[in-house]
Amino acid sequence: MKAPVVASDQLINEELLNTVLVTNKRFWMLAVLLSTGVFAAVVVVVLLIINGLSITGFNRPVMWGFYITNFVFWIGISHAGVMISAILRLSQAEWRRPVTRAAEVLTVFSLLTAMMNPLIHTGRPWRTIYWLFPYDFARGIWPDIRSPFVWDPSAVFTYLTGSTAFVFIALVPDFAVIRDRTTGWRHVVYGALALGWRGTPRQWKLQIVAGVLLSAIILPVFVSVHSIVSWDFAVALVPAWHTTIFAPYFVIGAVHSGVSAVITMMAAMRWLFKWDNYITPDHFDSLGRLLIVVASAWFYFTLLELFFSIFYVESHEIAVWDLRFFQWPYNLMVIVFVFTGYIFPVGLWLSKRVRRNIVAMFWISIFVNIAMWLERFLIIVPGLQYKQAATFSWGSYMPSAAEGIFVLGTFCFVGLLLLIFSKFFPLIPLFDIKEGKVLTTEIQVGRVGVPAVYREE
Amino acid sequence: MASILGLFDTAESAADATLKLDAAGFTNDEWEVLTDTPYPEGAFGEKDPKHTLFRYPFVGALLGFFSGLLITLGTQVSFPLVTGGKPIASFPPMIIIMYEGTMLGALIFTTIGIIIESRLPRVTGPGLYDTRITEGHIALVLDAPAERISAAEGAFREAGAVDIKQE
Repeated sequence: MKAPVVASDQLINEELLNTVLVTNKRFWMLAVLLSTGVFAAVVVVVLLIINGLSITGFNRPVMWGFYITNFVFWIGISHAGVMISAILRLSQAEWRRPVTRAAEVLTVFSLLTAMMNPLIHTGRPWRTIYWLFPYDFARGIWPDIRSPFVWDPSAVFTYLTGSTAFVFIALVPDFAVIRDRTTGWRHVVYGALALGWRGTPRQWKLQIVAGVLLSAIILPVFVSVHSIVSWDFAVALVPAWHTTIFAPYFVIGAVHSGVSAVITMMAAMRWLFKWDNYITPDHFDSLGRLLIVVASAWFYFTLLELFFSIFYVESHEIAVWDLRFFQWPYNLMVIVFVFTGYIFPVGLWLSKRVRRNIVAMFWISIFVNIAMWLERFLIIVPGLQYKQAATFSWGSYMPSAAEGIFVLGTFCFVGLLLLIFSKFFPLIPLFDIKEGKVLTTEIQVGRVGVPAVYREE
Repeated sequence: MASILGLFDTAESAADATLKLDAAGFTNDEWEVLTDTPYPEGAFGEKDPKHTLFRYPFVGALLGFFSGLLITLGTQVSFPLVTGGKPIASFPPMIIIMYEGTMLGALIFTTIGIIIESRLPRVTGPGLYDTRITEGHIALVLDAPAERISAAEGAFREAGAVDIKQE
C-alpha cells in the first residue's frame, strides 16, 4: 500500500470538516433529490394507513412481499459497520481509518430503515406495540416470547444501541475539534456533545480500549442479528424456508451486501466531498480483495442451500425450485442474481485494475446490491407461493407501484440521513487519520522508500 | 494552587519540556499532556493511566442476563398458555432473549464505563486549554503551588513553548 499523503493536523481539520463548516451546491441538489424520494414514500405510508393493505399487491398465500424483502435487505446492509469497523479494528488493519465512521453510521441508519419496513407492512403500525410490550395488564396478556417476532426486535434493538454507542464514543474527540472551531450556539452544542474533552493520555487510552472492547462485544451481536432475522423464515414450516443453513447463509450474505454498500458510499463521499487524499484507490483495492473471499463464501452457501433442497427430493421443495428456475419472472431474476451477485463481480475483482478503478467499483457494488435484494425476494416470495394439494385458493404476487415507491423511498431515506449526518458531524474520524499520520513514516529499503507503521501492543 | 499551560508545536519539544520539568523537581503526577490524537504510551513520560473499564461489561452482562431471564420466564409464568401440551417455560427462545439482554447490558455498561473512566463529562468545560491543541499543538498543563509556577514557566520557555498561559 502506498504511504498516505502527509497533511498537517490543521489541513486535516480543514478538509474533513468542510462538510460541517461549509455547504456546497452539490449537497443541496442531492438533499432536494433525496427529500423528494422520502416525501413520495411518506405519501405511500399515509395512503396505506388510510386504505389498508389493499394498496399493496399481497395476494394469498403471498402475504410477505416487498416490505419484508426490504427489511431483510436493510438489516443486511447494516452489517457493513461491524464487519468493517470491528473486525478491521481488532485486526489493526491500517487502511480502516477513513472507512470506519461512515460504515458505522451506515449501520445505524440501515437498522432504523429496516425496522420501518415490518412496521409499515402490518398496515397498522401502532398495533405492533401489542406484540412487543405487555399492553393489557388487567388481562395479564404478555408478548409471546416463543415468536421470532419478539426475538427480532430484541436483537435489532441491542445492535442499534451498540452501534449508536460505538458511533457516539468515537465522535467525542471530533466534537472537541468542532467545538474549538465554532462560535455561538454551535460552539455551545458541540461543547456539550464533547463532554469537556481535553485529549489527556487517560482519555485517549480509554478511547482506544473502548474501540477494541465495544468491537469485541458487538461482534457476537452482529452474528446474532441476521441469524435471528433468518429464523423469521427458518422456524416456519414453509418449503425452502425451513432449513438449518439459513443463519450462516444470511450472515455471510449480509456481509457481502454490507461491504459492497460501503464501497458505494465511499465512492459517493469521495466524489461529493473531494476527499481524494483520504479515500484512495488502495481502500477500494483492499475492500475488493476482501469481497472476493466474502462473495465466494456466500455463493458456496447459495449452492449448499440448493443442493440440500433437491437432495431430499421433497415435492414441496422441488416445486419451489421449479418456480424459481423455470417460471417467469423468477427465472430471469435468478439469472440476474447469480451473474450480478457473483460471477461478474468476482470475475472483475480478480483484476487489480478493476479494484483500483473507483467508477468501476462503484457500479459493481450497486449491481451486487441489486442481486442481494433479488436474493431476498427469491427466498421470500416463491417460498410462499408454493402450490399445495387441497389448497383451493392460491395466487401470485405482483407488487404494486406503492410498494415500489416505498422501497425506493427507503434508499432515499438512508441517503438523506447520511447527508444530514455529514452536515453536522465528520464522516471520516479526524483523530484516527491524525493517529495514522503520527504512527506512519517512510523508511528506505535499498533504493525504494516504503511506508512503515508503528503498532502498539 | 495555580495552573500553567505550555503550548508546543512538535512532540519533540513537548517531550523535551517534560524532561526539563523532571529536572526542575516536578513529578508526572503534577502535569498532564493534552493532544489531538493518541500518541504511543510513554511518548511524553506521562503517568500510565490505570482504569477499571473491564469490570463494567461484566456487571452490565450480569444485569442484562437476569433482566432477560425475568422478562422471558416472568411473562410465560404470569400468562400460562399451554401450547401443544408442552411445558409452560420454553427454554430455547428464552436463551435468545437472555443472550440479547446480556449483550445489551454489556454494551450499555461499557459505554457508561468509558465515559466515567475518561473522567467525563467535565461540566466546567475543558479548563485551562488552548484551541490550537486540536490543530496539532501539544499542551502541557501543570498544577502546582503558586511559588513553583515560575520554575515550570522557565522549563517551558527553555524547551521552546510557542505560548504559555496561566490561571
